[in-house]
Amino acid sequence: MTYLDHAATTPMLPEAAATLTEALGRVGNASSLHSAGRRARRAIEESRETIAQAVGALPSEVVLATGGTEADNLALKGLYWARRTADPRRTRVVVSAAEHHAVLDAGEWLAEHEGAVLDVLAVDAEGRADPAALKALLDDHGHEVAVVSVMWANNEVGTVNDVAALAEVAHAHGVPIHTDAVQAVGAVPVDFAASGVDALSLTGHKLGGPVGVGALLLRRDTPCTPLLHGGGQERDVRSGTLDVPGTMSLATAVRAAVADVDRRTTTLTALRDDLVARVMAEVPDARLNGVPLDRPGERLPGNAHLSFPGCEGDSLLMLLDARGIECSTGSACTAGVARPSHVLLAMGLDEDLARGSLRFSLGHNSTAADVDAVVEAIGPVVERARRAGDALARS
Amino acid sequence: MKVLAAMSGGVDSAVAAARLRDAGHDVTGVHLALSAKPATMREGARGCCSVEDSRDARRCADVLDIPFYVWDMAARFRDDVVEPFVAEYAAGRTPNPCLRCNEKIKFSAVLERARALGFDAVGTGHYARLSDGVLRRAADPDKDQSYVLGVLRPDQLAGALFPLGGSPKTEVRAEASERGLVVAEKPDSHDICFIPSGDTRGFLAERIDEAPGEMVGPDGEVVGHHRGVHDFTVGQRHGLGIGRPAPDGRPRYVLGLEPVSRTVRVGPAEELDVTALHATDPVWLAEAPTDCVVQVRAHGGLAAATVRVDDDGVEVTLDEPLRGVAPGQAVVFYRPEPGGDVVLGSATIASTSR
Repeated sequence: MTYLDHAATTPMLPEAAATLTEALGRVGNASSLHSAGRRARRAIEESRETIAQAVGALPSEVVLATGGTEADNLALKGLYWARRTADPRRTRVVVSAAEHHAVLDAGEWLAEHEGAVLDVLAVDAEGRADPAALKALLDDHGHEVAVVSVMWANNEVGTVNDVAALAEVAHAHGVPIHTDAVQAVGAVPVDFAASGVDALSLTGHKLGGPVGVGALLLRRDTPCTPLLHGGGQERDVRSGTLDVPGTMSLATAVRAAVADVDRRTTTLTALRDDLVARVMAEVPDARLNGVPLDRPGERLPGNAHLSFPGCEGDSLLMLLDARGIECSTGSACTAGVARPSHVLLAMGLDEDLARGSLRFSLGHNSTAADVDAVVEAIGPVVERARRAGDALARS
Repeated sequence: MKVLAAMSGGVDSAVAAARLRDAGHDVTGVHLALSAKPATMREGARGCCSVEDSRDARRCADVLDIPFYVWDMAARFRDDVVEPFVAEYAAGRTPNPCLRCNEKIKFSAVLERARALGFDAVGTGHYARLSDGVLRRAADPDKDQSYVLGVLRPDQLAGALFPLGGSPKTEVRAEASERGLVVAEKPDSHDICFIPSGDTRGFLAERIDEAPGEMVGPDGEVVGHHRGVHDFTVGQRHGLGIGRPAPDGRPRYVLGLEPVSRTVRVGPAEELDVTALHATDPVWLAEAPTDCVVQVRAHGGLAAATVRVDDDGVEVTLDEPLRGVAPGQAVVFYRPEPGGDVVLGSATIASTSR
């Protein structure tokens, strides 16, 4: 099998799996006062410190959660509610058009159910949110905005935003800013404090940790209304018994992934560039979406997102799957039906081209053999998918 | 063979996929998404296009260990099935959307795409027997679906597989249970999949403008008014909205629909008896017969008949009268045989005469 869908989920790092399985046999609720509880609490706090250190945060800024979706929802809704409570005029929510659905749909929910006005910030043809565009919006409406959310790196096309510049603009208008860094942590350098953002989502399974554990990094001075009420864990922002083995494994994975960022960047950039160049040689009219490869710092190293004119993405996916190559159309699903990606449409691609797109995402165990497999398959697969597209148009 | 198994999420298509796999074919399951906005959960036993049905299909494919994909056919289905369905009613005819879906979607758009992607055939859970290009009624007479497949051309049948044709439904359910398919006890879908409420009149009323007209009795007398011919089907008795009874006290039925003059003709049951019909756009699987058995609707409506092909289509003279023959429905021609009546062809009923 050639697994090139690391942006969906990446294999667990052996050390993270070892930490997890070893810890699974232990008992202890981190809220208990007896010795088992103390041991659990110590494991949690050491993990918290490890995570904080790896991503430039304070331990007290790490709010453990179940993953990216929960962290994004907590940030959007929690910051919105807290800010609106403090100042009832602040009812606007600003998100970029390229956000993951965990952010976009949370924003839409606030608009539908909580009286919010959702401002969707346009992205450019490379999928980037422009700080100047944010500034223009906040110049007009800054005093009405409760929260801004712009992702660190896009999950489909891999575009890396200038988060520090966006944070500066938001703060100049007194608005808190959240960033979904689920794709960024472990892939590019991420420093919470240096970025200036008020909240940042990360998740374990995108960086070699387990599924079901993640965190919202939340500045100590940023009020956030909880989604979950109960035992008052995690600064009263996120109640619920803490997952000791999962958190320990998350910490192991975050530390290992972040320590490995430089090596991964070098390796994955080389593999990715090779993949794109050779696929383009096989399919000359293929088109690379997102940031050009000659500006490597602005694109996730492992991301290759390509459109194949005349093809349906799901035909390509199926034909590649039949040849043992696993990738993604990178688009949202309704009943498993591929809809054209909102990210690509926001970047200005037409619907047909957006439908004919594939995301190959490389990760920590990708090899040159994976690239060879794609290059070998892509020509015949595209040719066949084009015939199917023609057949569908004709019939 | 490389076979694409169309999986609705129901028990029949799941067992069909299983049998195709067991027969040694290289099977890939595909669920056809026919609705642009599918409901999350099934509504009652009806419909086949909810997210829940898609998940059922995926669950079965996983148990069978075959690849599974969802194909978005919603736009094609709307253009080739739903919109013509509405237009037919507006024109005073009674369409059969299942038949149209087989003709235009499953064994046209899907089959063509499958062939282009390297598949040899599309397999479905239809109850009909097919071998060497000869289409026959299913072994289970209650489940026989040869009528809604009778519209297929030879080149379409050449790419079709119906592995359930020889089995009674009870056997198929038992087999699903033995195979551990969770849909074994799932109720049969019925009615029209894109009208999960079952309220066809309401569905049409949302899509067809009111075109009020008169309801006229046997002697041309006006007996009532209506909101549009699309509210009616030939042979319909209930819901005519006529307050007072007929002079002779007998029930009245819809006899005919005339959309141009917006007239609904009603009258006594015996006037529904049809002895001849004219049908257009014939499709032949064999040489056009002279004597055969015809079927004029999905369930029942069988009669021996004499067939004459003319320039405009087919003239069918029935040996004995049939009641409730609606223009827009298909007439399917059969040759009775002990091993299952053979489908000879089909045509679309354009007009009837007494």
